[in-house]
Amino acid sequence: MTPDAQTRTTAAARHDNDAEAFVTFTIAGQLFGVPVTQVQDILTPDAVAPVPGGPAEVRGLINLRGRIVTVIDMRTRLSLPRGEAKTGMCVTVECGGEPYTLWVDSVGDVIKLPRALREANPATLDAVWRDVADAVYRTDQGLLVALNIDRLMAIGTKS
Amino acid sequence: MDDLFQEFLAETAESLAVLDVELVRFERETSDTTILSNIFRLMHTIKGTCGFLGLPRLGSVAHAGENILGKFRDGELEVTPRAVTLILKAIDRIRTLLAEMEATGAEPPGSDEELINEINALAADGPVAEAPAPSAAPVAMPSFSDEGFPVAAELLVEVAEVLNSQPAAVQPVAAAPVAAAPSPVAAPAKPAPAAAQKDPEVKESATAASSIRVNVDVIENLMTLISELVLTRNQLLQTQRGQKDNDFKVPLQRLSHITSDLQDGVTRMRMQPIGNAWNKLPRIVRDLAVETGKKIELVMKGAETELDRQILEMIKDPLTHMVRNSADHGIEDGAHRLAAGKPETGTIALDAYHESGHIYIRIADDGRGLNVERIRQKAVANGLTTEAAIAGMSEQQILQFIFRPGFSTAEVVTSVSGRGVGMDVVRTNIERIGGTIELSSVAGSGTTVLIKIPLTLAIVSALIVESSLQRFAIPQLNVVELVGVSDRSEARIETVNTSPVLRLRDRLLPLVSLRNALGLEPEGTSQDRFVIVAQVGTNTFGIIVDRVFDTEEIVVKPVAPILRGTRFYAGNTILGDGSVIMILDPNGLSNFANQLDSTESRSEMQDDSAIGTAGDQSSFLLFRAGGEELKAIPLELVSRIEELPIASIEQVGGRRVIQYGQHLMPLIPFDADHEWSARKLQRVLVFSDNGRCMALAVSEVVDIVRDRLTIELHSSCPGLLGSAIIAGKAVDVVDISHFLAQAFADWFEIADMNAGVRRALLVDDSPFFRNLIAPLLTSANWSVTTASDGTEALKLREDGQQFDVIISDVEMPNLNGLALAEAIRSDTRWGQIPLIALSSHAKEDDITAGREAGFNEYLAKSDPTRLPESLARALRQVTSRNEAGSELRRAS
Repeated sequence: MTPDAQTRTTAAARHDNDAEAFVTFTIAGQLFGVPVTQVQDILTPDAVAPVPGGPAEVRGLINLRGRIVTVIDMRTRLSLPRGEAKTGMCVTVECGGEPYTLWVDSVGDVIKLPRALREANPATLDAVWRDVADAVYRTDQGLLVALNIDRLMAIGTKS
Repeated sequence: MDDLFQEFLAETAESLAVLDVELVRFERETSDTTILSNIFRLMHTIKGTCGFLGLPRLGSVAHAGENILGKFRDGELEVTPRAVTLILKAIDRIRTLLAEMEATGAEPPGSDEELINEINALAADGPVAEAPAPSAAPVAMPSFSDEGFPVAAELLVEVAEVLNSQPAAVQPVAAAPVAAAPSPVAAPAKPAPAAAQKDPEVKESATAASSIRVNVDVIENLMTLISELVLTRNQLLQTQRGQKDNDFKVPLQRLSHITSDLQDGVTRMRMQPIGNAWNKLPRIVRDLAVETGKKIELVMKGAETELDRQILEMIKDPLTHMVRNSADHGIEDGAHRLAAGKPETGTIALDAYHESGHIYIRIADDGRGLNVERIRQKAVANGLTTEAAIAGMSEQQILQFIFRPGFSTAEVVTSVSGRGVGMDVVRTNIERIGGTIELSSVAGSGTTVLIKIPLTLAIVSALIVESSLQRFAIPQLNVVELVGVSDRSEARIETVNTSPVLRLRDRLLPLVSLRNALGLEPEGTSQDRFVIVAQVGTNTFGIIVDRVFDTEEIVVKPVAPILRGTRFYAGNTILGDGSVIMILDPNGLSNFANQLDSTESRSEMQDDSAIGTAGDQSSFLLFRAGGEELKAIPLELVSRIEELPIASIEQVGGRRVIQYGQHLMPLIPFDADHEWSARKLQRVLVFSDNGRCMALAVSEVVDIVRDRLTIELHSSCPGLLGSAIIAGKAVDVVDISHFLAQAFADWFEIADMNAGVRRALLVDDSPFFRNLIAPLLTSANWSVTTASDGTEALKLREDGQQFDVIISDVEMPNLNGLALAEAIRSDTRWGQIPLIALSSHAKEDDITAGREAGFNEYLAKSDPTRLPESLARALRQVTSRNEAGSELRRAS
């Protein structure tokens, strides 16, 4: 798989203390990033089995090479209106030993961002976003919100 | 050498486990020389092997222990709790050392001089020196906590057990030279080093042939692989199903069989006798008994019952906890027991057995029982419920509070229990593995806990169903039967108020629509639907689904943590076609079904159904007839609810009847002033018994609710038992016998009115049954006196009352039915009165026990629809001896 290969080559960037590599993706036009070291897989989901009665953020479950992976609808998670689009891409991460995959609009490149560009969450950031964001980066494609996976998966524990 | 070392560790861990159990046994039966020689042999083998492997530290501890054992054997030293405690301490030390050796591969540095000196001091004391010895300040108790048992050593024991090795019997040859030849001079038994060195070799040749040790990880890994293999096999079968016959078919079938066999084999490999979870218990109980100064005997039955390793692990702690509870809180001390007329030694009985795909484990003690009053106070004090709410609860319901988080009745926190980790944790652990736990307690005579757990968790058979185009799996274990329903079929879904019910063989079954429960969009609906009759504990209900596919073997995988809050799912899995599917939790659905029944009693219902019992609650049908007041009748008595065209009602001989099948069914109006032609259709409730039916005309059926019945006000109005609060509403409870008697003069074999009034005594602690049965008797011309338990009944005897028949419940507080029967039979005043037992337990054993106690007849309460008939028959039989002419009545 190319994403895997990509992940591996850029993983070296982690050792670079001055920069961190992110897998980027967009949700409702906004650029987000997850540290590349935390990403296990990037896939185009098919056959998502819904979980009726489950939390709204859970779009369903998929079979990823024999593992059951929970699909998180990122639009719902970030309090954005749920898009009409039936297609999307998924970024698979692990949290507490459990695999989750984030359903996003589209996945972009892996980019390396120098720490110098890192800024604390702006005070005006939406409360839900502030809760799941580690920091924001200024990039040439606009602002990138770096997500914290653990806090992102703490669904239902707030409120 | 490394292999040998590993072998030694496993072997020794095994021996230690046996030693624990045997020593406790020995302490009770000090005269049993076979136990002692077995203990001596085990300790000796450990010592001998240490010498062989060059483990001086371990060897010296074992030697000290063996020293005392030798003195026991030669009668030089008296077996005292203190001495046994010291040996147990030595065993604990060996265990600790083993754990370290397991981790580091070498004997840890350090000294055990203190312990050895203590042991040697005792050994030197001899039998007479017991009194001056510092027994007043006994040695600190060894740590009893679970943490004291190194996990690694335990696991090794289990691996060995998996392979069915027989730990106690492995070195009979090695023991022979030592045990068989005690030196005539009472010298400390010091076996020849040669014998010790021979041990490992001899043992190896004896056992190596029949079993090997395998690491648990290897088996677990194998299990995972098999699970995957099963899935792949299913996938292949699925693909093949769509194809025409081809070359793959036969090999695929073979593959399928082999996979199944392999699955069986590995599952069996994981099975372990439940005794493995028990082998620590004798020691724990013994230590506790010593500490608290009680006398406790632990009786274990069914230790060979096998269950899955994973489950075994999960019930270990709950079991230990409950046995500790029994020993610490349940069993009274000797003086109290003697005062209460019980044997001084308390008994804790553990019993395990298989029954219909489940394992049952019963933990019973003959202690003081749970203090209902204290639980009541505690529950209110801890804010778990309110004074008002608890006032209306039955004892059984109050007992359930001990399963609530944050509940502990121990006023004094002892070192053994009452540390805040309570029965709620036990219940959670058991329910996590799909089990249920039931508790019953009788004040003064003990507490019984019954745990029901599935055999295995890994692979289960499940029924695949569909609702709104989505598929779900339901564990086959919970499925009783499938019923196809459509508008044309005999079985139809009806609604009472808004709750759907299914008429199934003269019973009304509450239903849950999967679509509604899960909030699914109504998609892909068709006229034909299915009802899955499911059973959870004692609760039976139906689940409405759109389609039913076949059954599949599925591997249950737990749901992701963020989905755990969803109560309807027991897990998820990947099906043969690769799709992910949710596994429904019938327990959760059953809770949902109960909530539909009654919103008022929701919180109680959840608690009750979660443990599989519904307390004293029953379902009631609410209806209106002749006026606005709500009327209630136990749902179990109603066989059908129908709407009849008025035109179909005929009049025959001044009575209204309807043609029903081949027969005429009498139709009785609830209200004498019933307006027959008010509507085109007449709503009726049908009661049937033994082929006879009657219909009761009512104006409107309102609802079905679940609640406890307590008659608040008794009624003098014919046809009504009295008033009660059901589901928060005031209702009149209907006395159905009144109407049955109107419909069939002979329904209860009404006696010749001229025979005079006969007297019956009805003994039952349940007001519900008293209220149900008393009218039945009254309508059959009996004069009824009631008593709520045996003691109350015997008071009537003291008062000089006489009866023609006594009908008694079996399970009652204070004095139960069996004791009552014995008391009645042992005295001439009531000795000849016919006795009828009425019980919810009517198995062969119960009936035999009942007859032995002196009951003439034994009736089951479980089937209320049959009760009137069987009661009438029993009355005839028991009274026929005294009354000539009853035969004639029966013939007519």
